[in-house]
Amino acid sequence: MVLTKTRQRDVLGHSALRPDGTAKVKGDFAFSSDLWAENMLWGATLRSPHPHARIVSIDLSKAWKVTGVEAIITASDVPGQLTYGLISEDQPVFAFDVVRYMGEPIAAVAADHPETCRRALAAIEITYEILPPLTDPEMSIGEQHIPIHPDGNLIREQRIVRGDITATGPIVVEGTYIIGMQDQAFLGTESALATPDHDGGGVEVYVATQWLHEDRKQMAKCLNMPEEKVRLTLGGVGGAFGAREDISLQVHTSLLALRTGRPVKMQYGREESFFGHVHRHPAKVWMKHHATAEGEIVKIEARFLFDGGAYSSTSAAVLLNGITHTQGPYRCPNAIVEGFASRTNNPPCGAMRGFGVVQACFAHEGQMDKIAEAAGISPVAVRLLNAIRTGDTLITGQILESVAPVERCIRETDALPLPPPLPTDAHELLLPGGSGLTADRRHIVRGIGYGVSIKNIMYSEGFDDYSTARCILKDGVATIKFATSEVGQGFVTLAPQIARSVLGVDEVVTETIDTQIGSAGSTSASRQTWMSGGAMDGACRMVRERLFEHVAAIHKLDPLQLAIENTDVVDTRGHLRIPVSEASSGVRFEETFEYHHRPTEDLDENGQGNCHVAFAFVAHRAVVDVDPELGLVKVVQIATAQDVGRVLNPLSVLGQIEGGIAQGLGLAVMEEIIVQDGKVRNPSFTDYLLPTALDAPTVIASMIEEPDPQAPMGAKGVGEPPCISVTPAIVAAIRNAVGKSIDRCPVRPQDICL
Amino acid sequence: MSGHQNYTLNVNGTEHPVKDAWIGESLLYVLRERLGLPGSKGACEQGECGSCTVVIDGSAVCSCLVMAATAVDSQIATIEGLAEDGTLTDVQEAFITEGAVQCGFCTPGLVMAVHHLLESNDNPDEMTVKEALSGNICRCTGYGRIFAAVDAVIAQRQAGK
Repeated sequence: MVLTKTRQRDVLGHSALRPDGTAKVKGDFAFSSDLWAENMLWGATLRSPHPHARIVSIDLSKAWKVTGVEAIITASDVPGQLTYGLISEDQPVFAFDVVRYMGEPIAAVAADHPETCRRALAAIEITYEILPPLTDPEMSIGEQHIPIHPDGNLIREQRIVRGDITATGPIVVEGTYIIGMQDQAFLGTESALATPDHDGGGVEVYVATQWLHEDRKQMAKCLNMPEEKVRLTLGGVGGAFGAREDISLQVHTSLLALRTGRPVKMQYGREESFFGHVHRHPAKVWMKHHATAEGEIVKIEARFLFDGGAYSSTSAAVLLNGITHTQGPYRCPNAIVEGFASRTNNPPCGAMRGFGVVQACFAHEGQMDKIAEAAGISPVAVRLLNAIRTGDTLITGQILESVAPVERCIRETDALPLPPPLPTDAHELLLPGGSGLTADRRHIVRGIGYGVSIKNIMYSEGFDDYSTARCILKDGVATIKFATSEVGQGFVTLAPQIARSVLGVDEVVTETIDTQIGSAGSTSASRQTWMSGGAMDGACRMVRERLFEHVAAIHKLDPLQLAIENTDVVDTRGHLRIPVSEASSGVRFEETFEYHHRPTEDLDENGQGNCHVAFAFVAHRAVVDVDPELGLVKVVQIATAQDVGRVLNPLSVLGQIEGGIAQGLGLAVMEEIIVQDGKVRNPSFTDYLLPTALDAPTVIASMIEEPDPQAPMGAKGVGEPPCISVTPAIVAAIRNAVGKSIDRCPVRPQDICL
Repeated sequence: MSGHQNYTLNVNGTEHPVKDAWIGESLLYVLRERLGLPGSKGACEQGECGSCTVVIDGSAVCSCLVMAATAVDSQIATIEGLAEDGTLTDVQEAFITEGAVQCGFCTPGLVMAVHHLLESNDNPDEMTVKEALSGNICRCTGYGRIFAAVDAVIAQRQAGK
């Protein structure tokens, strides 16, 4: 990918630079953890050390004696609803009778110094009656199961039945695939600053979140306040990846501020962050593919089991995503799929980049390689043979209306150059094991693997996740506003590009991101380019119409014949050409636009229904070097061709592709939260390993531009696809290198060498 | 709390008095919460992620692992000292133009690490760069654009010789 370096107008299609870039490279950018207020207190949370226990008593007396403590709160101090949640409100603000996972909040303190907080938390005495933890998701929903929550253990069950369920073929392959629990591991841990109103009737909160309005809704219920009394502003967000979709410290910080009448700041440390947000669901996926002798899919049978952990979060939606992506980007006329999301005393799981599709893809791509082997064709050939196309019917009965260049993704990926063989004198850091110097380079074997994926974009099942944007044009300057969370993805770069393209202005002022405008929905599901981009595009177009009417009235022209050309208003059939700055001089046009995607619907009992809005596709090819004796892997190169619809900012898209690949690599060979008997064993960056500069593979990327007519600007979301099929591609490459069946990720050394 | 002290830190060439501070505070905490220098970021508290990288007497260190009171006789350089006159350094410029910044939380630490590398070696090869930056975790970019930024600075500096 060659990026254009010429700096032209920063309109759509150009690599406009981040408007917050200068502040970020100088250390001036205010992340939520950088906020400070006069007379501010620090807040901290007491968490359960047990995965399952009854709270017998809580004694705060010693904690109150710690000098500097200003407030201690527990469940009995929650003025409103005692529980919250994104889909089902089943998670306590503070545990009030039973703790259901290790790390569940029980109390919070506000004090003059973080160290005072730590000492006060240590002085809180809780008597627990320890209960046996229910940690096996199969047992959780088995016949003999004991409910661990009043709502029961089955968070959701859904099946899909399509076509002839007795159909079969000469090729039958099956596998059970295990996907480990991954952490989003954003670098900027959870943090917020809450300031109470003088009369105690409201609160202002700066917080790093993915969805300001949803946070506000849940907070208002727990705080027992009208929503308008809870005012949220986006604090600078240090990454998100799904982990900020659920609320974490929002209610706690607000309660402490309201209780003390002083600003309170809370900021999790890294260990607490591992307990403070949901993770990617660990899952067990069984699939059985029936195919013709040539390798064409006839039927898929599948069973998904997602471990939702102690509280439901978004498990119901993750399950839906998993089962509805069973077939992958391949035609499948017959299917019988069942899926379960179960409750356990493991850490709660919810949104993470890829949202259920990562688990499905790992399984279906393993299956495609098994079909290829049985049919005697290559991994590429089996995928091309089955590649889905626009107009095909999915196993849910939904017609695939999105532009679906699956075949092109596969062919272009395969056509990208392979890396040279590992040189005999390769730098030691390029070997599997890297600086550990453990690989015997004579035994290193190379493997190649492929992965292809389909990912729904936007929310599903009848949810109207609209977005709102406002545009004001005055004196040649556009002022724009939205509540879209900027988490690093670059909507703050894209929104001004849209305004410049539509309005012909160069100067665009972006107002504060807060709840003083309608919701933008969540920065998740690869949805903001489409949704908030659509809202911004709509608001700017409405302003442009007003501008054209104004110019047409003055010059006695037909407003429908006016257009924007660069920075001018022009009459397409005449000679008028005036700069937008002049045309908008002394006038002010303001419009707010709410963008809604087309409606979707629930699945019926057989999993049939138009439940998704749109889809994006991608293919990955991985090249790995493996030390088979020690089970070490070096990912050498990832080649990818991604269906992006239209490239609105090449540099931003490339950033999403490379970043997503690194996270998918993490899930393939490095990253797993280890949970034993409900206890998290590696809640630190020392023990939970993230890809570093030395682990990053060479990435060669091709962006496939086939604008989608359903997308407001032809562009699909690009955030999630990069991290989905890269994981199975890497694992397939490891299998290819060592000739072993490996059906779990991350792949551990023992999976290769034992 | 007991164990409070007064001491002075030299940060970016300026003497900063630290008054009545608990002796257990890390340099990162004192920079951020007492001296009004929040550019260095805390993300792991264990010296694993490099977000808090500062340079003390010529060595790049994780300020979360340094007790502030032990740095009293040292010269401490932080991200805030790089563009004090308002002009971005070549490394800062390249991070912006090459797309090395997304959420930006790792950025100050990485900018410090890159400057530190290039001060001791103005033309490092690819593996030297990767090894030098391997103590700075970035979760957003996958490092590709960060390498591009470093390459751009190296090329500019070589061309300018």
